[in-house]
Amino acid sequence: MSIFQSLIKKEILHLLRDFRTIIVVLVIPVVLLLLFGFAISTEVNNVRVAAVVEQHTNETRHILEQFRTNTYFTFKGIIPFDEIENILRKGDADAVVIFRSELGELKHQIIVDASNTNMAQTSTAYLESVISSATGIPVVTNTLYNPQLKSAYNFVPGIMGMIFILICAMMTSVSIVSEKETGTMNLLLVSPVRPWTIILGKLIPYFLLSCIILTLMLILSYTVLGIPFSFSVINVIWITILYVILALALGLFISTIASTQVSALLVSGVMFMIPVVLLSGMIFPVENMPLVLQWFSCIIPARWYISAMRVLMIQQLPIKYVLTEVVVLSVMTMIVLVLAIKKFNAKK
Amino acid sequence: MMDKEIVISVKGLTKKFGNFTAVDHISLEVHRGEIFGFLGANGAGKTTAMRMLCGLSFPTSGSGMVSGYDIISQAEEIKCHIGYMSQKFSLYENLTVWENLNLFATIYGMNSKTIKEKTDVAFKTLGMENVQNVLVKEIPLGWKQKLAFTAATLHSPDVVFLDEPTGGVDPSTRRKFWEMIYRASSEGMTVFVTTHYLDEAEYCNRVSIMVDGHIKALDSPARLKQQYHAKTMDEVFRIVAKDAKRSD
Repeated sequence: MSIFQSLIKKEILHLLRDFRTIIVVLVIPVVLLLLFGFAISTEVNNVRVAAVVEQHTNETRHILEQFRTNTYFTFKGIIPFDEIENILRKGDADAVVIFRSELGELKHQIIVDASNTNMAQTSTAYLESVISSATGIPVVTNTLYNPQLKSAYNFVPGIMGMIFILICAMMTSVSIVSEKETGTMNLLLVSPVRPWTIILGKLIPYFLLSCIILTLMLILSYTVLGIPFSFSVINVIWITILYVILALALGLFISTIASTQVSALLVSGVMFMIPVVLLSGMIFPVENMPLVLQWFSCIIPARWYISAMRVLMIQQLPIKYVLTEVVVLSVMTMIVLVLAIKKFNAKK
Repeated sequence: MMDKEIVISVKGLTKKFGNFTAVDHISLEVHRGEIFGFLGANGAGKTTAMRMLCGLSFPTSGSGMVSGYDIISQAEEIKCHIGYMSQKFSLYENLTVWENLNLFATIYGMNSKTIKEKTDVAFKTLGMENVQNVLVKEIPLGWKQKLAFTAATLHSPDVVFLDEPTGGVDPSTRRKFWEMIYRASSEGMTVFVTTHYLDEAEYCNRVSIMVDGHIKALDSPARLKQQYHAKTMDEVFRIVAKDAKRSD
């Protein structure tokens, strides 16, 4: 067996025997995907609505019928005017619609509990659309790319962006630093093994692990979460591989600056976890951030990756629409790799 | 002893970190098959000096040869001819005893047939035939120490560097370990060993005592004791190191 093969074999054996870690590493992506895909959703699908009706007309009857039958609403009944504040205050309803006829024309007012702004905005929009379609000229809204407005579609790219940075960067840095701590790294460095071989011997097993995770996540996304499958999956795969390499390089870089496993964990946690969750656009849209934060988000690899994944996985557009992202990710990979290898060799 | 081949020779070896001179112009020669004790308090510069000899660190100035190769220009060649055992008996904890030996032997370029022969002999000598397939994290410290030494010497290096190889093990295990060192030395291996235990210094053919980056004394234990009118190496060390400024 060659030196290189035996180093890789050692790393794989080490991973396989660290049973708990391997389980965590394989289970966390699945759990996160399912959690964000099903349990956590920003959709509002149970608006409890009550109505105050001054005078019933065909129109109001029609609208109330909509409230009763539409699955997005739970109709809490018709209430007298002075009950409005009470029902909202007790939290028995999220919104109250008041119908009033003026000169034969139906006017309406929506009173909404805005203690949760997101929910208030969404439910107002729902109510508006139901009322307007019943009364005036309906606005035809055509939702492209995600017709059911499933939040899973939004979260899958985000989760992938987070998982690969976490697993690749954290695990490689911790595993290299742990070799420094136990002193086995010194044994390798005094041996005739070239530094390059040591580095690749460390990175390749984690690269393989990432490929397994990627397969697992893609299968889940395209089956359980129902993201439409198309040939763009090939682009998804190779851009993810580029992103994985970038994350591995980051892990290598962290391992050269951290001297203990704890600090490696902290550095990768603070450097990656927080910015990735807050600034990458995974949850909060980058476009809504203050300008300074928008600039800052440009140096976060996950931002580019997630944005590319949205285009490729959800919009299913061809590769030419994510050229910027690919170029930025490639350049970042180069820079980090060069820096990491320079630092790794510069210990003398 | 003195007419034997020189395996390590160092002249004016110096290592500076910024303004701090960790190793200050040290010179020494070690002969083939010799057990050379490299003594010094913590922070005296032993580890830094040893790292330069192993090719892990480049000297700021000075020169040296290990096993016939220049420590500055031929560091990679040196690495093929030395063995190194760290003070933590570093081995891969999640690999078995055999996998560890096999890994290090492969790294030093041995083919699988030689590895098989050598490890068979080693396991027999160590009495470790039954634990070949046990994970290293499950064997006692004394065995780890022997195993680390075996891993460092399986490829029959010219010189083996032992960085505090007996820290934290009990006296009887230490004695057994020194038997291994003697065996290696009798087979022509040069042993360069740092230690805290001054009774161990007596086992060495020659010792050097480092104080604040300088070598303050270098001779056989018997002559040093004579020179400093001391009964034990411990006394010698205390006399030599009494002016030390760097220690913790």
